Amino acid sequence: MSDSNLFELKIITPERVFYEGQVSMVEFNTTEGEIGIYKMHIPTTVIIEPGILTITEPEGPKNAALHAGFAEILPEKVTILAEIVEWPSEIDLERAEKAKSRAEERLSHKESSLDVQRANIALRKAICRINTLK
Amino acid sequence: MASMRDIKRRRTSVQSTQQITKAMKLVSTVKLQRAKTRAMQSKTYFNSMYQTVTNLLAKAKGTASIYTDVQPSPRKAVIVLTSNRGLAGGYNSNVVKMVMQSGISQEDADIYAIGRKGREALERRGYTIREDFSELADEFEYADAIKVSNQVMKSYEAGEVGEVYLAYTNFKNTVSHVPTLLKLLPILPEDTQEESVDDGLMMNFEPQDEEALKMIIPKYVSSLLHGALVEALASENGARMQAMDNATNNAEEMIEGLTLKYNRARQGSITQELTEIIAGAEAIS
Repeated sequence: MSDSNLFELKIITPERVFYEGQVSMVEFNTTEGEIGIYKMHIPTTVIIEPGILTITEPEGPKNAALHAGFAEILPEKVTILAEIVEWPSEIDLERAEKAKSRAEERLSHKESSLDVQRANIALRKAICRINTLK
Repeated sequence: MASMRDIKRRRTSVQSTQQITKAMKLVSTVKLQRAKTRAMQSKTYFNSMYQTVTNLLAKAKGTASIYTDVQPSPRKAVIVLTSNRGLAGGYNSNVVKMVMQSGISQEDADIYAIGRKGREALERRGYTIREDFSELADEFEYADAIKVSNQVMKSYEAGEVGEVYLAYTNFKNTVSHVPTLLKLLPILPEDTQEESVDDGLMMNFEPQDEEALKMIIPKYVSSLLHGALVEALASENGARMQAMDNATNNAEEMIEGLTLKYNRARQGSITQELTEIIAGAEAIS
């Protein structure tokens, strides 16, 4: 009975299978806003934005930093194709802080539109990394 | 008949060549193992990616998008994956040959070279080398694949090129590597098979189809490129391993022949010396 709210979650990166297991809920950030998914979700494909990924396992929640990719949601199964995803233990806080200040600096003197866009993404990634560690 | 010293010198030289080829074979065997595991791991990602994209395309059929329509520009971008180093049998020349026979004319091709050997060969034959990312042929991460594919996507989106191809060596297994020319863009509806669509599920896309297409296609291209890079690396090492194995065997054969020749020459010279001594002794007595 207690198992019935579990579904299969698979997180794949180009280099490895990042996570595979039975979970009760998964939360992450998408282009449409932050979403949380339970079992029996309507089939949907969403695009991921940098944010914290929370995997709720029967034993408790787990966090990771998820930066880019997309997710395929099916009633019984969620597959996240992640381009970049990291466990908190894999994050280098110092590097993230540095990247954050660098991106902020770049945003403060406005140059061409492309640079701003890139700096924005970098800033969001850095903030997401730092938040995951907190 | 060659003198004993000449044969001996020749044999030593072949022996030291054999040592080198043997060492190279061992090195590429180890590298092949690593590349093979990597190729296996990236396959899961690629398969899911392919599934999603076919689903999406089947659903988005009819929506006009620069990724799914024929483009006016006659220029074609070709990403060519070869190795930086030679001594890999026909590995590099097969890829180059395939590009030349693909029907893409020299004037229309913009080559994005990953791998020094392919770049040099195509440059010599008069192809335009648009960009060179050769440093990625040996060492690359997913981020590098994104970087290259973004560059190519940019010129595709700007209309500078009308078609994008990927030339690489498909790693079937350790002994069989097939040079493959893959059309990346545009993805015409008739090019994709619709096998995955009929699983009874209607997939929703958030954001809407068109938007989603715009975001997923670049990811699709970079995942394909990454997959190709991984496979090319495995193929390169597989090809080199085979080539070096052949070289080692050939050297073995040569050494055998030379040893035989050397022994004969040695025997001959001993016999000759003996004959001379006996003849000399007889003359004195």
